[in-house]
Parts: sequence; C-alpha cells; structure tokens
Amino acid sequence: MSPIRIRTKERPVSTDDRPQDPPANSASGRATVGTGPGQPVAAGPDTTGPDTTGPDATEPAAVAPAPDGPGGSGGRRAARGSAVRGEVSLRAPKLPRWAPLLTALVATAAGALLALTLGWGLIAFAVVSAAVYAVALPAWALVVENRRSAVDRLITTLVWSAFAIALVPLVSLTWTVVSKGAPAFSAEFFSYSMRNVVGEGGGIYHAIVGTLLITGMAAVLSIPIGLMTAIYLVEYGAGRRPARVINFLVDVMTGIPSIVAGLFAFALFSIFFGPGVRMGFGGSVALSVLMIPVVVRSCEEMLKLVPNELREASYALGVPQWRTIVKVVLPTAMAGIVTGVMLAIARVAGETAPLLVIAGSTDSVNMNLFAERMMTLPVFAYYSYMQPGVPPQFGVERAWGAALALILIVMSLNLLGRLLGRLFAPKTGR
Amino acid sequence: MSAPTTSPPAPPPARAKRRIGDVLFRGSTQVAAGIILVALAGVAIFLTAEGIPALRADAAHLAGESTFLAYAWPLLFGTLLAAFIALLIATPLAIGVALAISHYAPRRLANLVGYVIDLLAAVPSVVYGLWGANVLGPAMVPVYRWLSEHLGFLPLFAGPASGGGRTMLTAGLVLAIMALPIITAICREIFSQTPRLHEEAALALGATRWEMIRMAVFPYSRSGIVSAVMLGLGRALGETMAVALVLSAFRIVSWDLVSGTAPSTIAANIALSFPEATGVGVNVLIATGLVLFVITFAVNFSARMIVARSEKGLVR
Repeated sequence: MSPIRIRTKERPVSTDDRPQDPPANSASGRATVGTGPGQPVAAGPDTTGPDTTGPDATEPAAVAPAPDGPGGSGGRRAARGSAVRGEVSLRAPKLPRWAPLLTALVATAAGALLALTLGWGLIAFAVVSAAVYAVALPAWALVVENRRSAVDRLITTLVWSAFAIALVPLVSLTWTVVSKGAPAFSAEFFSYSMRNVVGEGGGIYHAIVGTLLITGMAAVLSIPIGLMTAIYLVEYGAGRRPARVINFLVDVMTGIPSIVAGLFAFALFSIFFGPGVRMGFGGSVALSVLMIPVVVRSCEEMLKLVPNELREASYALGVPQWRTIVKVVLPTAMAGIVTGVMLAIARVAGETAPLLVIAGSTDSVNMNLFAERMMTLPVFAYYSYMQPGVPPQFGVERAWGAALALILIVMSLNLLGRLLGRLFAPKTGR
Repeated sequence: MSAPTTSPPAPPPARAKRRIGDVLFRGSTQVAAGIILVALAGVAIFLTAEGIPALRADAAHLAGESTFLAYAWPLLFGTLLAAFIALLIATPLAIGVALAISHYAPRRLANLVGYVIDLLAAVPSVVYGLWGANVLGPAMVPVYRWLSEHLGFLPLFAGPASGGGRTMLTAGLVLAIMALPIITAICREIFSQTPRLHEEAALALGATRWEMIRMAVFPYSRSGIVSAVMLGLGRALGETMAVALVLSAFRIVSWDLVSGTAPSTIAANIALSFPEATGVGVNVLIATGLVLFVITFAVNFSARMIVARSEKGLVR
C-alpha cells in the first residue's frame, strides 16, 4: 500500500480528490490523461489499488481514451490503424460470398476431369472432389483473409462432409434392401409359411405372425410397467432417493445388450421348463427387458411436460391424487406417450438376437406363445441368408424380402407413432 | 412444494383421509418401479446361476480349450477390438454431424437431418448385417487390397486381404454406423444446451464460428461427449447380428484388420453357436454372455455417472 501512496503523492490532484468527490475526480482524470506523458503513472496506482479508490477508480481509465479519439469506436480504430500503417482501412479483406460455390464448381470439375481421364468410379470422384474443395477453399482464405478464417472454413467443410458421409450408408442401405427385396414380394410370399418348402416358393407368413404375436405380447408386458414406473418417478418419487435409484437403473437398463436380454429369458425359463426351452413368450419377456426402459424414458419426459397448474387446479377441487393422474395428467400427456410407445415397439420389433436365442426358428405357423418354437421376421431373414438351402438364390432372395418387410413394418410403426402424436396433440395443447 | 405438510411432493394436506384408490394406485406404481429393480437383478442372478457350471466345463464343450478363460479371451479380444474400431470411426463423424445439426444447419434443415439420423437408429440390426456382408464388404475389397499392399508392414494390415470383405474392419465400420445415431443424438442435445450468452460473447469478441465452438461449446460439453461416446461403446460392444453376419467366426487373437480370419465377438459367437449348443455348452455361452453383461454394465454405469456429475455441475 505505502509505495503506491508515495507514488500517488506526485499527482495530488487526481488521487486525493477521488474518494470524496467523484464528478470532479472524473473530470480531473480526463484532464490528466489528456495531458499525455503523465498518464501511465496515474493509471498505474488507480488500477492496482482498487480497495482504496472504490469502484469508480477504473472508470476514468476506461473512459479516458474516448475523448482522445475523434468520435466513436470506429473512429478510434481508424485512428489507431492510421497510426500503425499510415492508411485508413476499416475492414479486413474478405472472400466474396460466392467463393464457396465457385470453389465447389472448380473442385467438381477437377474431380470429374480426373475421373473421366483415369476411369474412376463415382466414389473416387466424390472423394477427390471433396478433397480438392477442402484444400482449395481454406488455401484461398489463407491467402486473402487470414489463418483463423482459413481454419474456420476448413472445419465447416469437414462438418458438412461428416454429415454427407453419414448419409451414404442410409441411402445405400435403403437402395439395396428395396432393390433386392422388392422382387421377392408376391401374394404367395405373404400368405405361405416355409413348411415343406424346398427351393423356390414359400413365404414369410409364419414369421409375420410370430413377430406380431411376440412384439404384441412384449408391448402388453412393457407398457403398463413402463408407464406406471414413469408415473412413480414423476408423480410420487420426484427427486427422492428411491426414485433416483430407479432412474439410474433405468438408464443402465437401456444399455443391456439385446443378446444378454435373450440369455436372461432363456436362463429364467430353462429353470422352470428344463434345459433347451424355446417359446414365444420367452421372446416377449426378453423384448420387454429391452423395451421397458425406452417406454419409461419417453413417458417420463411427457409427464414432466404437463404443467403443474393443471395438477394443482385438480387438487384444489378436491380430486384425489390418483384420479388427478388418471383423468388430468395422463390425457394431457397422451399424445407424447403414444408416440413414445410406438417408437419403443418399433425399436424392439427389429430385434433379432434375443429371439434367436429363446424363440428359436421353425418352418411352420405357431400361434401359441407358450409352447414350441416360433419364427420371427428378423430371425427368418438371418437364417434364410445364413442357411439358404440348395439352390441358394431362393433363400437369399427370401432373406432380402423379409428384410424389406421388416423395414417396412418398423418404419410404418415409427411414422404411425409420430403421426398419432401429431393427431392427438391439438386436443391437449393450449 | 408445500413445506408444512409431512410428505413434501404430495399436494393434498397430510391429514386428508387416506383414500383406498390413492393407496392402491400409489402401490401399483411402486410395484412397477420395483419390477425394474427385480428385472435388472434377475438378469445378473439368472445369468450367474446358469453361467457358473461353465467354470467346470471340460474341453469338449470349450472348443478344445482347457479352461473357460482361455475360451472366452479371444472372444473378448474380438469384442473390444471391433468396438474400438467402431468408436474410432464413429466419434469424429458423430461430433461433426451433431455440430452440423446444432450450429451449422438452418433450423428447418437441422430438424430434417435430425430425423434422418433417427431413422438410421430405427433400422433393424439384421438389416445392417445383411447390408454389411453384401454391399459394404465387397465394396471395401479394393481398399483392403491397397492397404495390405502398401501398409502391409503394419501388423494391422498384414493381410492377406480378404476376397469377400468379411473382415474386422468391415465389422467395425458397420458397428460405427450403428453407434453413430446414439452418439449424435446425445452430442446434439448437449451442444444445443450451451448457454447462448457464452456463444454470443465469443462471437462478439470477433471469434470465427469454429473458434466460438472451441471456446464456448466444447468446454461446456466435454463430459457430455465422453458419456455419449461411452454409451455408443455400450451399443457397439453388445451388437450381435451385424457382426454375426459380417464376420466368419474364428476364435483367434489377431490384430489383422483386413484378412478374412478375424476374431469373432462374444455376442456374435453366442448367436452363431447357441442354436446348436447342448448341455454344458449352453452354460458356457451364457457365461460369456455374463462377461459381456458385466462389461457393458460397467461402461454404461460409468457413462451415466459422468453425465450425472456433469448435470449436477451444470445446474449451478
């Protein structure tokens, strides 16, 4: 403290007046700064000793340069620029707006030229064009603008190409499944099982029946449990320890590998029914292990969205809590719950591994969930591909047909869920 | 939250008479929540009960190996290797796609892109497997040839390159595509939660968009990215059908990514061997399933812990 005091003694006007009389002090501060060479000496003690001078100690220093310059901040920058370079330039040089487009055109042309002359395929052409673009645009920016801008443009290119790369498998997969699966579709394909079929013919009727039954049973098991758990978490447990534990377990349960769920169902049922047990109901149990956490999560999100005012209004009318939940909370959240449940069903309908383990595979129609093996679409696709039979092309064709049918079922469930959510929504909103 | 009553979150006054409907309804929600607990415990208990006999299994049921560990180790190696490759590929892609959705694309396009990525998650795994074995594998064969010819001195690409593309790298790629949606979804969520003011402050200081992302978005979402990657790892570790269809099953320890003799994974091995397994062989497979369960449980558990801790930090 004391050395600062000693140094400030040199300028008694600016320091001693400050604590007592702020307006006078700021005026004097400006005056001293304006005088020029003394400024650093005065500013030093002010900023290093804020405890003595109070909050307005920094104010003069901050305000000080402003009256110096000819006007606002732009003017100040211009003045500083002129001091450094001796010329007035308000803007850094910048690439024109059409620069990316032009670079893209040039890159495409370069890629096409190389592809045509060297006879490359479409993939090589796309890769080369993207690479040329990713190098050329940042290089141009580096020359005209600066390094930071060049890095920015490079990252932008990388981000968008990551997105493009992510789309490639989706497009390729859709195209492959549709083009290979569509030829298998016929009336026979959907109305026949594989019983006593060797080679050509046969169908996926038994697999569709199995998928519908097992998935339906899984939904019957999971929806009540999932919904009630979500109600417990949101309405009763809210933030208390048991609810937090359940919440965490649901998160962990989301990550159970599907094959482990199948093994669990197998281990469970083989204890009751002896080793080598296979039944459709076991598949439903395995699927509900995978489905319950998804249902809980989506229902929980939707229940949390219900405004508390609705609950309070209901309680104020003397409605018991359970009737409030059933008659007020659930109908309000119904749209979202339906969507979430449909998405969960769509997710488990495509599961293969657990059904492979516990439901097994068969060539015949089996309508009984509680006895014998049961075929499902994903398992059918898997076996038709792995063991296509003699001549193999018919089995492989059926595999792709089953894959397409499975994708259609899953996607329509997916879309139906979102559509139902939209349809239900207006009734509840606002 | 009314403080004076005895049960804080239950708005009806504490002295209201206990209605039978309330008691029943509350009880049934608690039972449902209890079932979750029981199910998770059941998975562990039943797998352990059925898996223990595997420790006493003889060589006939262990594919010639003397102990269960010797049997399970190559499968575990294959599982970890495939999942690692998948994450190596999926993580940068997923972060890029998530950034494109949250910070680069205009809102309308971002919604569409988000939906398309969700569609990737909805495709059944067996379809990914069929696609990987039939389209991706053969398409990658020239790449594998090139790798084994030019980078053959590395043990990773020692070759000989597979002619059908049924290699570890193909399996890793398919797993990467399958893990991509989950990592993207979580990263996107976290990126879009970055405080608006942090971003605007960075931009106001003259930062470019990438500098803004590096200064404001990444520090804020680091733990979220880590946990997203670990959840993706959980998915890649447990994925069955894609690997079962793409790889031909060998129980070996090999770093070679481009040859046709690739190590199988635990899940794929179960799927391939289970239908034919009998007696103690079934117990051996269940025991490997238990190993897989423990690993994925640990991975998911730590991921959720990281998320929970970072959320606590974010609330402030």
